[in-house]
Amino acid sequence: MSWLDFFRTRKQADPPSASQAKERLQIVLAHERIGRTREDFLPRLQQELVAVVARYVAIDPGKVNINLDRGGDMSTLEIEIELPGPPQEVKLQRAAAAG
Amino acid sequence: MAQVIVVTSGKGGVGKTTTSAAFATGLALRGKKTVVIDFDVGLRNLDLIMGVERRVVFDIVNVIQGEARLNQALIRDKRVDTLSILPASQTRDKDALTKEGVQKVIEELSADFDYILCDSPAGIEKGALLALYFADQAIVVTNPEVSSVRDSDRILGVLQSKSKRSEEKREKVKEHLLVTRFDPVRAERGEMLKLEDVREILAIPLLGVVPESESVLRASNTGTPVIMDRESVAGQAYSDAVGRFLGEELPHRFLEPERKGGLFKRLFGGRAA
Ligand SMILES: Nc1ncnc2c1ncn2[C@@H]1O[C@H](COP(=O)(O)OP(=O)(O)OP(=O)(O)O)[C@@H](O)[C@H]1O
Ligand SMILES: [Mg+2]
Repeated sequence: MSWLDFFRTRKQADPPSASQAKERLQIVLAHERIGRTREDFLPRLQQELVAVVARYVAIDPGKVNINLDRGGDMSTLEIEIELPGPPQEVKLQRAAAAG
Repeated sequence: MAQVIVVTSGKGGVGKTTTSAAFATGLALRGKKTVVIDFDVGLRNLDLIMGVERRVVFDIVNVIQGEARLNQALIRDKRVDTLSILPASQTRDKDALTKEGVQKVIEELSADFDYILCDSPAGIEKGALLALYFADQAIVVTNPEVSSVRDSDRILGVLQSKSKRSEEKREKVKEHLLVTRFDPVRAERGEMLKLEDVREILAIPLLGVVPESESVLRASNTGTPVIMDRESVAGQAYSDAVGRFLGEELPHRFLEPERKGGLFKRLFGGRAA
């Protein structure tokens, strides 16, 4: 770094990162502290939700996507279950009717 | 009855052993009968930092397994006569420690010492759990950095749920925050978490702030606890922390960047002693 850079970096420095560090810590710790006293219910919630859906439609366990975003004020749990196309029998009946 | 103090952190390499050596020496320098135990079985290092590595014959595992008496394993410090060191084993693993074994050792030491310091290994596994299990007080060593703060928070949770005091529903382990490797220049620039941030997040009483200092490496090179280096800012900060621990009211020092050197020194180097 040349001596000129000293003055340049002062002017256009990135925003200080320490405030981000603090904010991120506060959020993650708020969640981890809850987890300490209460068992993490998310794995069970997910299993039960998927089981309910499976009672109505046959689902492929490999096609269940779960995303969690822990936020400060609000967290979102996204469960995406890909449902299969029309049941095989229906397709077969249609085929029979057409033939 | 001795007070049992664990020096812990969760995260590795934040300065637990440096702190254990300095703090034990500081307490002993003030006339307290102090013993410092290395719980880092398999990765013994306290002996080096204390400068007694050539005098280790037996270790805590030998004592627990009945291969040596406690008195044979304790190393009396040659600089401070109220200070002793109980080294960890270098060859065994952490499973060689048992709760019952550690309890016996601590009970026996309790009769002869005022303070028993436990230098915890990193992590939250068996070795670290045993190091904190019997604690009356805990010094939580934290660097102003996200992963260290998170792990300190975690270890505070462990102290509150897995220590003997918590299991017996007695008064909780007294917690002290010791921020180490603090760099006032970088904190002021907003590149490093500020002291206030760390205090606010962990919310336990602040025992001291030890600045990043070259003297720590120098001290470990020579096997002299840094607290014995009266010139060093780190040594002075440790000394203050020991004073506070014993009830003295001392203002925190070395929190602001040094201005003495002026622009020239800031531009072209000049580091903390
Ligand atoms: N205030 C300081 N200034 C500069 N260097 C420091 C400071 N405190 C500790 N260090 C350095 O940091 C490194 C780790 O310190 P130390 O061994 O005390 O950490 P630890 O928490 O015991 O590590 P471990 O988890 O492996 O047991 C060492 O090289 C030490 O010299
Ligand atoms: Mg260590």
